[in-house]
This record gives sequence, structure tokens and C-alpha cells, in this order.
Amino acid sequence: MNQTLILNGLATGELDAIDLTVPPGGIVCLSGPSGSGKSRLLRAVADLDPHDGEVRLDGTPAHSLKANEWRRRVMLVPAESHWWHDTVGEHCGVARESDLTALGFEPDVHRWPVSRLSSGEKQRLALYRALSLDPEALLLDEPTANLDEATRDRVEQWLVKRIHDQGLPALWATHDPSQIARVSDTHYRINGRRLEEASHGTD
Amino acid sequence: MELIELQYWQLALASVLVLLLAGCSWWVRLGFGRSLVIAAVRTTIQLSLIGLVLEALFSVGALGWVALMGVAMVILAGREVMMRQRRRLRGGWAFGIGTSAMFVSAFTIAVMTLLIVIRPDPWYQPQYAIPLLGMMLGNTMNGIALSLDRLTDTVWRQREDIEGRLMLGQRWQDAISDIRREAMRSGMIPTINMMAAAGLVSLPGMMTGQILAGSPPALAVKYQILLMFTIAAGTGFGTMLAVTAGSYRLFDHRQRLRTDRITTPTH
Repeated sequence: MNQTLILNGLATGELDAIDLTVPPGGIVCLSGPSGSGKSRLLRAVADLDPHDGEVRLDGTPAHSLKANEWRRRVMLVPAESHWWHDTVGEHCGVARESDLTALGFEPDVHRWPVSRLSSGEKQRLALYRALSLDPEALLLDEPTANLDEATRDRVEQWLVKRIHDQGLPALWATHDPSQIARVSDTHYRINGRRLEEASHGTD
Repeated sequence: MELIELQYWQLALASVLVLLLAGCSWWVRLGFGRSLVIAAVRTTIQLSLIGLVLEALFSVGALGWVALMGVAMVILAGREVMMRQRRRLRGGWAFGIGTSAMFVSAFTIAVMTLLIVIRPDPWYQPQYAIPLLGMMLGNTMNGIALSLDRLTDTVWRQREDIEGRLMLGQRWQDAISDIRREAMRSGMIPTINMMAAAGLVSLPGMMTGQILAGSPPALAVKYQILLMFTIAAGTGFGTMLAVTAGSYRLFDHRQRLRTDRITTPTH
């Protein structure tokens, strides 16, 4: 894979047009107060909201693919996950035991009824579900917000490893400064209508 | 058989029943007396007027007038379909989709039934054409209104699930398939139930009317069966058309769920 995610004059909601490049295996963190438009920006990249400007994955602009194929490649994992089938497995691709173990699940989690999941389990399984479909770029919206500290570290390490190993470009929205320091290669902060590059590790 | 002519004083006698009921409602403070009387008055006025229109139409019998009547009925039914939806598609789409679905299904099937099955001479003879179209529209209208209401309401309530499916790369058709199926079913079920229970629980209205008007029951039954079939087909195809068109409208060319195209209920 090893593709670059490129935002070219992307404008949505209150934000000014954004130019941004996420290299393969690179993690670009987005921070900003809630309501500043982080989620809307990620939604625009996934082409879920109308927007101006262009998003490309290497040479492939979003509009040259069918929208569902684009979203399959550039996958958004929202802050709150939703589940519509009865069991976990019906939502996921082929079961990958190594991923499940890394996230602290038994392999039989595919048979678990969705109604039994706690919010933390839902969040972890939503990440697992997205990666089980083999995306080529990741858009993560507060991926560890509902997790306790130990689980958060575990999930974080797994995510970073997967992103690096597979060379996925990742846009990672979070408001946690220490998480930004741990995972990000580049950090942008939303300040009013503008996206500003923050010096590494500070917020 | 001889028809018993109904006189106005006989109707007045029957209206005493309604007035008695309204009186009871007032007495026990059930609070529906007023709307009951208004509804009874409306039914009297509306049916008398349509009686006059039909008398005139029958005596003229020209294709142009029958067609005009038919179109007016479709438009009124389309308006009714729109009014019955709690959340509607914006910008005339609720009316447009409902009306065109009824036009395509009910209208076409009514004309085909006249031309191929019943074959009156001329084929548009209002005595056959208007009641047939009326019965079909009434039922198709119910089915389409129910299914569109179910479609928009469920999409609204499950919008986050639908978007969750889109985020995983599902096509919009897959993301909404369950809802679409449910909406179509909910439009069809009253008709299926009606057919299944016909004659057991209640005698269908048209058949009853025909028998009261002196037609032999066997003939009335045949007409009723014919009508049930055409109603089922009209409702089924109309519902499928309306739900399909409606779900297209709920997504845009980039397969985004457009809940902004649904109105918020006013009450």
C-alpha cells in the first residue's frame, strides 16, 4: 500500500480551506476544543459531508472512485460506534486472532451479541472492525475516549503498530495532549477558522 | 329484484343515531362529540357533492371529463399521501413521489383492467371507470402513505446506523436495505390482511353495496375478487415504486445520507 493522503484546499463548515499531507505510516494529530470542527473535517475527508476542495490517496482523487469504494479505502472510525446486526462477527471481515488478542479479546468475540457490549468494548471493537476490512488510510475520531488508562495504552500501541506496519496514513483527532505527544508525527491545532501546526509535543 | 328508494327523511332518521352518540359524548365528557358532528356533516356534504358530480359525469360520459375526474382524484390522493407522513421529503418530493407512484400503479392498472378484463363499451364508461379508480386509489394511497412514512421515519431514527454502514464502505443500497424492505412490507401488509380476512370477519364494502343495490351476490363476489386482485397489485407496485424513489432521494450522488432533505414534524 504505502500511499499518501493529500488534502487539497479542503473546506468544510466554519474552517478555512486546508492543505495537508499525511505520509504513509504517518500519524497527523488534530486537536482543538470540542465543536471546533475536528469531526466535520474527518467526515469531509471520508466524503460523508458536502465540501469544497479535493482529497487524494496518492494519485487517486476521491471523486474518481465510487463513494463507497473511497470510504472502504479511507475509513472513518467515529467517536461513537454503531452496531446494527445481532452479533459482533456480522459486522467484521475475517477474524484476525492476533488483533483480537492485542486488544484483549478472546477469539470467540465474533459470536458475542452486540447488546452485551460495554461502551469501552464497543470502542475497541469498532477499531478492530474497521481494520478487519483492510482500509488503506485511517481517520480516527477520539479513538480511545471511552477507555481506562491501561486499555488505552494497549489500544494505542496496537493502533500505532498497525499504522506503521501497514504504512497507513492516519488522521487522528484527539484532545489529549499526552496522547498527541506519544503517537503523533505532526500535530495541528484548530484555532478559530484556521488549522495551525503546533510544535511537536506541546499543546 | 326491486330497489328500495332511500328518502331524505330516512337518512335523517339514521342521523339521529349520530346525534345521540354526540349527546352521550357530551354527557360523559368524552370530548369527541364536536369532531363527530363535524365529521358527519362533512361526510354528508362531500358525498352529496360527489353524487352530483357523478350524476353529471354519467349523463355526459365523455372521455375528457372522465379523464379530468381521474386526474383530480390522483392529485387529491397524492396530497393525502403527503399529509399523512410525519416526516416528509422536502421541496415537493413527498407529493411528487406519492402522486407519480399512484399514477403509474393505480392509474395504469385501472385502465388496463377496464381495457382487458371488464371491457365496458366504451371502455371509459364512468359507471365502471370511476368506482374502480376510486377503490384502487383509496387503497394504494394507504399503502404508499404508510410505507413512505415508515421509510422517512426509520431513516431519521436510524441515521447514525446508516452512516456507520456507509463509513465501513457499504453501498447506500446495502446501508438502507433492511429499512427499505420493512417500509415496503408495512405498506403491503394491510392489503394482504384484508384479502386474507375477506368474507370471514367482514363483508367488503363494495360487495355489500352492490348486494344492497340489488345485484346477485355471486356477481358481487366476482367483482369483489377482481377488485382485490387489482388493489393488491396497485398497492404492491405503487409501494415498491414510492419506496425506491424515496430512498434514492435520501442519498446524493456521493452516497451521502441527506437527512436535511426530510422535514421535521410540526407537532
